[in-house]
Amino acid sequence: MAEEKKKRVTDIGPPHYEKFLPPVIKENYGKWKYHEILKPGVLVHVSETGAKLYSVRAGSPRLLGIEKIRLYADLADKYCDGYLRFTSRNNVEFLLTDESKIDPLIKDLQKLGHPVGGVGNSISNIVHTQGWVHCHSAATDASGIVKSVMDDLVEYFTDMKLPAKLRVALACCLNMCGAVHCSDIAILGIHRRPPKTNFSKLNSMCEIPMVVSSCPTAAIKPTTIDGKPSVEVIEERCMFCANCYTVCPAMPLNDPLNDGVSIWVGGKVSNARSEPMFSKLAIPFIPNNPPRWPEVVEAVRNLVEIWAANAHPYERMGEWVNRIGWPRFFEMTGIEFQKEHIDDFKHAGLTYKRSAQLTH
Amino acid sequence: MANGNGKTPKLDELEKGAWPSFVKEIKTEAKKNPMAKDLLGQLERSYEEKIGHWKHGGIVGVMGYGGGVIGRYSDLPEDFPNVSHFHTLRINQPAGWFYTSDALRKLCDIWEKHGSGLTNMHGSTGDIIFLGTTTEELEPVFKELTEAGFDLGGSGSDVRTPSCCCGEARCEWACYDTMKLTYFLTMHYQDELHRPAFPYKWKFKMAGCPNDCVASVARADMSIIGTWRDSIRMDNKAVTEYAKSGMNIERDVVGNCPAKCMEWDGEELKIDNKACRKCMHCINVMPKALRPGKDKGATVLLGSKAPIVEGALLSSVLIPFIKLEEPYTELIELVDAIHDIWAEEGKNRERVGEFIQRVGLGNFLEAIGVEPIPQMVAHPRENPYVFYEEYFEEDDEEESEEES
Repeated sequence: MAEEKKKRVTDIGPPHYEKFLPPVIKENYGKWKYHEILKPGVLVHVSETGAKLYSVRAGSPRLLGIEKIRLYADLADKYCDGYLRFTSRNNVEFLLTDESKIDPLIKDLQKLGHPVGGVGNSISNIVHTQGWVHCHSAATDASGIVKSVMDDLVEYFTDMKLPAKLRVALACCLNMCGAVHCSDIAILGIHRRPPKTNFSKLNSMCEIPMVVSSCPTAAIKPTTIDGKPSVEVIEERCMFCANCYTVCPAMPLNDPLNDGVSIWVGGKVSNARSEPMFSKLAIPFIPNNPPRWPEVVEAVRNLVEIWAANAHPYERMGEWVNRIGWPRFFEMTGIEFQKEHIDDFKHAGLTYKRSAQLTH
Repeated sequence: MANGNGKTPKLDELEKGAWPSFVKEIKTEAKKNPMAKDLLGQLERSYEEKIGHWKHGGIVGVMGYGGGVIGRYSDLPEDFPNVSHFHTLRINQPAGWFYTSDALRKLCDIWEKHGSGLTNMHGSTGDIIFLGTTTEELEPVFKELTEAGFDLGGSGSDVRTPSCCCGEARCEWACYDTMKLTYFLTMHYQDELHRPAFPYKWKFKMAGCPNDCVASVARADMSIIGTWRDSIRMDNKAVTEYAKSGMNIERDVVGNCPAKCMEWDGEELKIDNKACRKCMHCINVMPKALRPGKDKGATVLLGSKAPIVEGALLSSVLIPFIKLEEPYTELIELVDAIHDIWAEEGKNRERVGEFIQRVGLGNFLEAIGVEPIPQMVAHPRENPYVFYEEYFEEDDEEESEEES
C-alpha cells in the first residue's frame, strides 16, 4: 500500500557518479600524477599525494546475464570494497587499493573464464553491435564473430607484444552503432541486393515521401502499383545501404545468400602522432559462415600478424599503411585489389592517387 | 528446427574457446527465464538460416517519454512466444561507468523480476542495456528503476545519453572534469533527452584528452576533447630514466612528433611548446616524465556520424579552446544556438554534420554567431566558385582598382 502512494517520478537523470567512487578516487580526484602498466591488464595510478589505485581489467562478452553481473559484484566485494567500473570498450575493471589482492583477483577472474588484459600495446575488447541477438537490420551476427575472432586472438589481449594498440570493432550493418568507421580493423555486416519491396504492405506501413527521400542515390521513385501508391527502386543505383529499410519495414534487404561482411583497416580516433582517420576497405566481401566464421577469423589474424611483424613501434595500422603505401599493403596481405576498392560515391576523386610518388 | 527441442548445436560451438562466451551467458539465464530460453532458440534459428528474425520496432515506451525504449518483436512469435515482444530499455549509466556492487545488484534484482535477465554492459551510446521485455513490464520496471535512482536514456531523434571517459576520476591526462560536465549536460537536457523534438539524434561525448578514449571525434555530434594551451610539464630527470631503461627517445618519441617540435641531445629533452600540436604521443610514451600543461580546457568539435544517410563524417573544430567550468554558460549558449538553427532548418533525419555540409560551414557559423577562424579548416578552399556576398555598386564613393 505504501508503494502505491509513491508518486511517479520522471526526469531524475542517472545517479550522481560520486555515489559510486571509491574513497581513494574521491580523495585524489583530479590529482593523479602518472600511471604505469604493472603487467598485462594491470594499471597503477599514482597521485600527487602518493596514494595508489590499482585497476585490474578483464575481458567481457558485453552481453551479460544478471548471474554474471552478481558474480562481478561478489568479486568487487571480496577484493575492492565493492567498487568496479566498465570501460568504453566494454571491459570490466576492478579498482583496488591493496596491491597484494591483485593476483588472487586475477586468479578468480580466470576461474570465471574472463581473461585479464587489454592494456597497453594489445588488442582490447571488440566494440560491437547487437546482430541477430536483437537487431532487425543486421546483415550478420555480431557476438558470434566477436567471440570467434577473440578466441583466436586472445594471446594479443593477455599480452602486450604488439607494436601499438589495436582497436577492432564490428557493426552488423551500415548504421554502424559504435565507431566502426574509425578502427584499426573493422568488420562490417553488408547487404548486396536491393530491397525486396512488399508492395501490398508498403502504403499502409510507410510514408512514401520519407522512403523516397531516405535514398542517398535517389534510386527510389514514387509510383502507383495496382492502383495503390507505392515506390519503384532503380536497382542499378542501389548501393545496399538499407537506409530505406530503416524508415520502412516493407523494404527488407536481408538475404541469407548474399549478406556477409566486409573488412576495413587503418582507422583511428586518437590524435596521437597522426590525426584521426577513417578505416579503408580491405576485403569487400566474405560470406556469412556461422557459427564461427572461419574465413573472417583467418582474414583478421592475417591482417594482425602482417601489421605486427612490419610496423614500427607505436605505429597504428593506418600509420603503417600510410608509410608503406596501399600497393604494398595489398601485396603483403595477399588481398586482391578489385573494382569495389575504388570509391564511387561523393568526392570519390579525392581518394585517387594524385601523384607519382610510388614504390616500384 | 530448434524451437521446442531446446537443442542448439550451432550456438554450442560458441561455448568453446578462451574468450568469455555470450552463449553461456544466455544459457545461464535460460535455465530460469523463458524469455532467455526463447531468445536462444530464435538465435539458433538465425544461425541455421543466416538471417535475423527481429521485426522493426514499433512505438513503445513509458508514459510521458518519447525515448529510452526500443520496440522489438520476433517474426517467429508462434515458435518463440516468449520473445514475441522483446523490447530493449536504455538506462542512463552513471558517468564514467563507475558502480558499487550494491547498485549492480539492485539493477539485477529489478531485471530478474521484469525482463530476460540479459543485459549489455554497455550499449554503444554508453547506456546500461536491459535486453528484452514485454510492453506490460515497461511501466513497472521504470517505476522500480526510478525508485532505485536510475532513469531511462535517450533514443530516436533526441539528445542521446551523454557519455564520457573516466576523466579526472582516474586519469592524469584529463584536461577537464569530463564526468562533471557529462552529469551537468545530462541533467540540463533532461527534457530534450526524454522527449524527441529534433530532426535526428544529437550525441555529446566528452573525452578528457586528445587520445579520445570514447571516440568522440567519430561518433558525437558535439565532441568535447580536452586539451591545454601552455607548456607540457616535464620532469627531465624522469626522461633520463626512460632513456636509461632502454627507450629510444630519438626514434620513438622525437621521431614520432608530428610537429617536429622536440629535440633530444642524449641528456636533455627540449620542447618548442609554441609549435606543439597537443597530439599526446610523447606524453603517452613517457607518462612519468611528461604531463599536459596547467592551463587546461577543451576543443569543441562538431558534426561526426556514421554513414547513414549521406556518408560518414568526423567532427570538425568549432571552438579551438574553451575553459570548462561551472556554470558552463558559454558552452550552453553555443549548444542552444546550434539546436535552434538545426531544429528550425534541418531536414528530417539530418544530423547536424550533414546539415552543415548542406548549408555550408560559413553560413552555419553566421547563423550561430561564431566568427570564422583558420583553426576550423584543414586548409582554405581550393575551388574558386565563391559565393561573394559583398561587392561595390557604381555609385559607391570608393572606386574599384580596375576602374581607376
